[in-house]
Amino acid sequence: MDDNVKKNTVSVLVDNEPGVLARVIGLISGRGYNIDSLTVAEVDAEKHISRITIVTPGSEETVNKLISQLEKLVPVSRAANVTFEKKGIEREMALVKILATGEKRVESMRLSEVFRAKIIDTTHDSFVFELNGSPHKIDAFINLMKPLGLSEVSRTGVVAIARGTEKM
Amino acid sequence: MVNIQLSGAEMVLKAFEDHGVDTIFGYPGGAVLPIYDELAKRATSKDNKPMRHFLVRHEQGASHAAEGYARSSGKVGVLLVTSGPGVTNAVTGLTDALMDSIPLVCISGQVPSHLIGTDAFQECDTVGITRPCTKHNWLVKDINDLSRILHEAFYVASNGRPGPVLVDIPKDIQFQTGTYIGPETVKHKSYRPKLKASIDTIDEALQLISVAEKPVFYTGGGVINSGNAAVQLLREFVRLTGFPITSTLQGLGAFPGDDNQFIGMLGMHGTYEANMTMNQCDLMINIGARFDDRITGKVDEFSPNSKKIHIDIDPSSINKTVNVDVPIIGDVAHVLEDAIKLWKTKVYKTNKAEIKNWWSTIDEWRKKDSLKFDQGKKTIKPQYAIQRLYELTKDQDTFVTTEVGQHQMWAAQHYKFSKPNRWITSGGLGTMGFGFPAALGVQVAYPEKLVIDIAGEASILMCIQEMSTAIQHKLPVKIFIINNQYMGMVRQWQELLHDKRYSHSYTDSLPDFVKLAEAYGAKGIRVEDPKDLDKSIKEMIDYDGPVIFDCVVDQNENVFPMIPSGKSHSEMLLGDETEKSEISDEGKVLV
Repeated sequence: MDDNVKKNTVSVLVDNEPGVLARVIGLISGRGYNIDSLTVAEVDAEKHISRITIVTPGSEETVNKLISQLEKLVPVSRAANVTFEKKGIEREMALVKILATGEKRVESMRLSEVFRAKIIDTTHDSFVFELNGSPHKIDAFINLMKPLGLSEVSRTGVVAIARGTEKM
Repeated sequence: MVNIQLSGAEMVLKAFEDHGVDTIFGYPGGAVLPIYDELAKRATSKDNKPMRHFLVRHEQGASHAAEGYARSSGKVGVLLVTSGPGVTNAVTGLTDALMDSIPLVCISGQVPSHLIGTDAFQECDTVGITRPCTKHNWLVKDINDLSRILHEAFYVASNGRPGPVLVDIPKDIQFQTGTYIGPETVKHKSYRPKLKASIDTIDEALQLISVAEKPVFYTGGGVINSGNAAVQLLREFVRLTGFPITSTLQGLGAFPGDDNQFIGMLGMHGTYEANMTMNQCDLMINIGARFDDRITGKVDEFSPNSKKIHIDIDPSSINKTVNVDVPIIGDVAHVLEDAIKLWKTKVYKTNKAEIKNWWSTIDEWRKKDSLKFDQGKKTIKPQYAIQRLYELTKDQDTFVTTEVGQHQMWAAQHYKFSKPNRWITSGGLGTMGFGFPAALGVQVAYPEKLVIDIAGEASILMCIQEMSTAIQHKLPVKIFIINNQYMGMVRQWQELLHDKRYSHSYTDSLPDFVKLAEAYGAKGIRVEDPKDLDKSIKEMIDYDGPVIFDCVVDQNENVFPMIPSGKSHSEMLLGDETEKSEISDEGKVLV
């Protein structure tokens, strides 16, 4: 990969109408971009506005082109790069299942405290942890859990918002 | 506006009426029967304004005819097709309109709501299929949304960068009754394209214009789409500055083709002087063009020493393939109006001495006479055929459409347009089969004018079925076939890039075009001898009805100048025998 290719987090405000998600992802694949993660939910129930957050690899220049293509879509009112370096806050949630007994079980619980993960389900042989944080933190937790009986992971994908008084 | 109760089918026609539509192109089928039924009722009722429906022979014809109508008149083109194959046949025309920014509204019937998703007869995922080839589309799920969606459709198609839209209406919705709201009460929720640009940016551009030593205007279809005011303002501004102007394929006619300031079309088959001017300029003023690959040639070597100003209504066109110094986002007419005002109030002047030198350089390039050809006595050269057609039709207000290929490029080079909207060609998508149905659409918009489709013998066969439409609706379109028995542009590329292996580009078993015309009830004319050409062209023009003119031309002629794939503007081939083109493997990959 090119040196200037980074992960970019793009927020898109759209009219919540049928097919709008298909339009956005169709444009991204049609113009040759990739999607690392995608989240979408309505954020204004009165005005029916949804917010789509897309993590996509690319240089700043190519992502700027993607943003102007997204803004060309009729139901898109605004798109912006809200990557961490651009004063964005990024958060993700993960559910992580561990199958372990004995020492490994204890170790996984100890580490979960370090990461401030919550245990939301348990049996004698398993845990399900709930973990919030930056994608990096979640990656780190998952890597640590691998030798301790990691069974499966479910992640929400990134949501992001700008810091301070800035508004989209 | 009183809200009235109407059926879905009635709403469609009411919305057409409210948006000033009196002409539609279409083909009936099961899923649009209620709308066709309304058309029949309307034809016999005295209360409603008449709605002209032009029955085509294939839905691709409907979409291109609607394009021809829109491209020549500046109005929205409307087509009506049924579900499944009806709408998939129209997809080529929708894509064509998207690429060239042409406003169309396509109404498609859909299977009834309760059958959607069951693989019903003639069902297809119309909004899914047409999502990437329309500017926007809608599937109507509630009768009370229908009138709003129809008004939004017309608004979206014709505002901002124009484009095709589609409204898919299930058959049950067409039968249901609901509330019709008028267009004046409907405002799109979020779509508000920006028309006016900031005065500061315009001023920045004017400062560059005032100091430029080697400037050029590079104009495109955006000028024509912006309307007649934009065309007049462009002419005023170009004359005010005295700069040379070149145009893309889509922009021809915005500035008079026979004016001395016009240096011809640019790009892959542009004139030597236009491409050299672009290559050497120090200031490029792009108005409503998009740095298409047919224009730029090798992007890395595209106009290396120039500052670039780019006026475009579509922000995504800015810096898409070529980075520019002064981007101006807005409608051409609005921007030029502000620019001319500011130029005058600030009393800007151009650098007259340097501009004069620049013109002498350009005049040297002009001496190459890059569009020259040698007619000879035996066979008709295709360029000659188009030149004669131009000379014999230029004194009347003639509309020219084309198919796609060599004949299209020769027409662009040798037919000079003095007005906008007279040149109707498929540029972005390059659709063979476009020209004839498009010509029918033009003729519908201008029943009294001369409309000619300059065609190739291969392209014309792709939508020849519309000859039946021409006869039925008495549309006296002239088809001028440049017949070299080859898919000429394919043959040219095979000659230059593939060691003359003419793989499947020769058309054996062509029809006898004279008999073909007669079979439909049209007139056929065939010409082989150069000395018969003028007489026969006059015969074609004078005939009151459709004509197929089969002009048999030299089979080996190529389109020059040509910028080969992967080369820059300064590496044009001019067609001299001595020239040897070596196209790199990298170049061969390009289209």
